[in-house]
Amino acid sequence: METFQGYRRPDGSVGIRNHVLVLPTVICANRVALRIGEMVPGVVAIPHVHGCDFDAERSARSDRTFIGFGRHPNVGAVLLVSLGCETADGECLASQIGEAGKPVELIRIQEDGGTYRTAEKGADLVRRLQAELNRMEREPFPLSELIVATECGGSDAHSGLSGNPAVGAASDRIVEEGGTVILSETSEIVGAEEVLARRAINEEVRADLLRVVERAERDLAFSVPEADGVYITPGNIEGGLTTIEEKSLGCIYKAGSSKLVEVVEYAVRPRRKGLVVMDTPGYDVASITGMIAGGAQIAVFTTGRGTPTGCPIAPVLKVATNSTTYHKMEDDLDLNAGTILEGTESIAQVGARIFEVLVHVASGEKTKSERWGYGEFAIAYTSVAEAHALCQRR
Amino acid sequence: MVEPVYRALRVHEADNVAVVLDDVASGDEVRVQGGAEPVHLVARERIPAGHKVALVPLTEGQWVIKYGEPIGKITRPVQIGEHVHTHNVVGRRARIRLRDVA
Repeated sequence: METFQGYRRPDGSVGIRNHVLVLPTVICANRVALRIGEMVPGVVAIPHVHGCDFDAERSARSDRTFIGFGRHPNVGAVLLVSLGCETADGECLASQIGEAGKPVELIRIQEDGGTYRTAEKGADLVRRLQAELNRMEREPFPLSELIVATECGGSDAHSGLSGNPAVGAASDRIVEEGGTVILSETSEIVGAEEVLARRAINEEVRADLLRVVERAERDLAFSVPEADGVYITPGNIEGGLTTIEEKSLGCIYKAGSSKLVEVVEYAVRPRRKGLVVMDTPGYDVASITGMIAGGAQIAVFTTGRGTPTGCPIAPVLKVATNSTTYHKMEDDLDLNAGTILEGTESIAQVGARIFEVLVHVASGEKTKSERWGYGEFAIAYTSVAEAHALCQRR
Repeated sequence: MVEPVYRALRVHEADNVAVVLDDVASGDEVRVQGGAEPVHLVARERIPAGHKVALVPLTEGQWVIKYGEPIGKITRPVQIGEHVHTHNVVGRRARIRLRDVA
């Protein structure tokens, strides 16, 4: 039985990092949060553009995502930074996060005396929180405590030939060890959903999958002019992918061959262990944000064209699908699955390598995205309104 | 002089296309791996790495099969060794028209 070295949290969950999270509850509090991050090196401040919105659906999503990040097992303590008049309720968020049993503090710029004084107050609080957390030690845990997010971004035709099948082999291993793997990006299941649906453990899960895929398909149909009919990016097409079906069939390889045990909404924590699908958009950063908010401690990300993105509170392990991209962006890519295309390694061998590195990263080894300090954060909102983009390549 | 080998990969035995792994020029011989034995064909046009080549003649309306599953329909006749991509394939999915669902 494989183990990793992690941090036990008061609610029983296990983290693979030990972050102090400084989270603004609204854009107006970003600067103070960042200032606190500058004053106390090592804490994670996440500026963003959410938190003040009359739209009920969007607010429900941002609340759930903030709470998911606050409660996350990679986070040992939380400081919420509020302005005071935003629609997001700082007290409520603090209380929800606090149910996880970890220390949560809340400061308010309007009450605590503006930028300077609020930042000083916040810095004092996080210094103390950080000192407490620094006393924690890692302990061994079974892989059944892990939830692994999977993602593909900047896909090309190689993704379905090398990177994704190799991640699939690693996914199978994680599920065999009792862990959980999340397959996401519902628009990249469109065209391949029957293949996945066949593996659903029961009718309810099968119906849930088909429902979220149909919803994603409708969103795609609304958002692209009918004459165009193109649902994959210019980069995908330049890379050799012709249709969404082709892209999706290549994408679902990341899920390996396990049975599908659950389908969850964006930023919702899976209740079952094993392979699950989370409804997220094809937009990489928002997809990862949703899976991490749902409790995934680590993400494995295959890329054909290369991308450096990371997550503020979780390692994002990059797997290049081809050697050209790997060598071009070696600064940012952790593993090369291009050896499969060259015939020097098999899918199983690369899968085993990915699994091994994943366990090391869980135990503390940093990914390149972490070493560079990449920490992208975006919350996904589905929209069926027609938009006329000025600057989108088609 | 040893002729360079241009490689392509067929994922599933039911596939009627393969993915070329190297940039291929018109007239190049391509060795297609995957499946019981490698198959050889001649590229009829330039095909960039990562793009698909037809393994059999494909007729209008026929399904393109990759990964053992249909990925789109052929829109005009394709010969063995030709480039299979957005100029001769159309996808089926996400084509619900607004008035059907609004």
